[in-house]
Amino acid sequence: MQSTPLLERHLFTSGPRWWQRFWGRSNERVGYLFILPSLLHLVVFLLIPLLFSFYLSFTDWRGTNFYSAPFIGTANYEFMIGDRRWWNAMGNSAYYTLLAVPLGMIISLAIALVMNQALRGVNIFRTLFFMPVISSWVAVSVIWITLLDPRAGILNYVLQLFGLPGVNWLGDPATAMPSLVLITIWKGAGFQMVIWLAGLQAIPNELKEAAAIDGANAWHSFWRITLPLLKPTTFFLLITGIIGSLQVFSSVYVITGGGPRGATDVAVHRIYLRAFESFDMGYASALAWILFAVIFVFTLIQVVYMRTREESLF
Amino acid sequence: MVKPKHWWDLPARILGYAILILVTLSMVIPFIWMVSTSLKPRGSEFSYPPQLFPTSLDFSNYQDLFTLVPFGQYFFNTALVTAFTVAGQLLVCSMAAYGFSRLKFVGRDVIFILYLATMMIPFQITLIPLFLIVFGLGWINTYQGLIIPGISSVFGIFLLRQAFMGVPQDYHDAARIDGASEWTIFTRVFLPLNGPALTTLAVFAFMGTWTDLLWPLLIARNQEMRTLELGLAYFNANTTAYRQTNWPMVMAAAVVVMLPVLIVYIFAQRYFVEGISLSGVKG
Repeated sequence: MQSTPLLERHLFTSGPRWWQRFWGRSNERVGYLFILPSLLHLVVFLLIPLLFSFYLSFTDWRGTNFYSAPFIGTANYEFMIGDRRWWNAMGNSAYYTLLAVPLGMIISLAIALVMNQALRGVNIFRTLFFMPVISSWVAVSVIWITLLDPRAGILNYVLQLFGLPGVNWLGDPATAMPSLVLITIWKGAGFQMVIWLAGLQAIPNELKEAAAIDGANAWHSFWRITLPLLKPTTFFLLITGIIGSLQVFSSVYVITGGGPRGATDVAVHRIYLRAFESFDMGYASALAWILFAVIFVFTLIQVVYMRTREESLF
Repeated sequence: MVKPKHWWDLPARILGYAILILVTLSMVIPFIWMVSTSLKPRGSEFSYPPQLFPTSLDFSNYQDLFTLVPFGQYFFNTALVTAFTVAGQLLVCSMAAYGFSRLKFVGRDVIFILYLATMMIPFQITLIPLFLIVFGLGWINTYQGLIIPGISSVFGIFLLRQAFMGVPQDYHDAARIDGASEWTIFTRVFLPLNGPALTTLAVFAFMGTWTDLLWPLLIARNQEMRTLELGLAYFNANTTAYRQTNWPMVMAAAVVVMLPVLIVYIFAQRYFVEGISLSGVKG
């Protein structure tokens, strides 16, 4: 900082004394300049929208009264209590979460346990398992729509090879959500498996060897040693899985559009429909805040747990 | 590799491989199905029994994609938006990370905690006002509307801050004694030293932007502004599973969407897995 531009000189030689002192310290000035772009971005595209969204949820903001939305107090929240479609969507989100999170974790743990047996070619398997993870949700969705086609899809073909009746996977309200869960697990298993594997590899071998000497079999050492030591990993996958499942949107939007008969209409999809198809943005904001409150409970659990593990960020 | 100790080790190992191969097949077959369907002539895609491999190769679906539908335009839009978003994130995040890791100023740690706290806010809650702000700015159907809201990421700042903190203080002091300004130290010392972390962030930003659906869905209202992902979603029979579609062409489109992502993944796999395990360790 050899020469001082005019604007900068003006900035720190005028104004109140604390202001002058503040700008006079070049280290301070430089520090703020470095974080300024990200801070501006954070304020304009995150903090202001956050406050704005809270305000919106107390107004009757629609496409028609864009600049003069009336303040209606808690009317949106009161309407929500009796909104059957919203509670159907919340119920669907809960159902989806309860199916997808535990099943996904168990299946990916099983794969990770097999992979952890020091087999050759682990890297190749990992690369292939990761292909669905990096794929786009829309591409995955269109592939699975054809795989699950009731007449000509591969899945029903395989069922018929075993003499089983075909299933109208996405067309039947009873099987539409389990089908979405199946696709979700297929897409996410590689990610969860990598996290499990990292957890498994952190367990010292001596522990298992000592247990084996004491006569423990593989079954016992899994339940008594491996699983307890995997607690942080389990917790991480459980909480992030729940938070992620409550936010599911793309797959529902592309594959089922919430159907058949509302059977896969999840919370974010309902908010999307309310905000961007009915242009009922005030009410949609209220719905978003309720969903946020639910998600926040799980976020807080995670933060508190991280604290107890003393994983300080500084 | 543990030496076999018991008679059952070999059968167990074979069983392990069998399971892994079965899982691999279930992971890979859908992709084979995608590619093979894209090469089938229209009307033959739903033959019974399903054909995993096509009998003849028909590339006309790919031709149609770029002649009947403006997929070339979609590709250009996606590439442009992704390139600017990645470049923006690298610049904005690395500057902030340098400020938070290496410079001292009043309120630094408080501001950083505020940044971290915003990671707890799900995107859906800010979506509606964000749309209204972008609408108010007149950015609907513009590239800046697609790019600017994505040019910073707290996750990226966090990732780079961790990396920058690992650079020895001596490097920093030596450069200062030589009279280098903070900007020079940042661009000449810290950026070159942290190639791997910057690559990790670039890969994440690329994947996230290239495959994003929700934001383009709201912003790109005109057909000529659509991204690949959005084009594919609209293409998919105007959204639901219950209508007849030109599946070979949809699958060709899916291949075009997927190919760049797969290429980046294959070349940058190390960085990607690194970032994933970082996100896991931090939990």
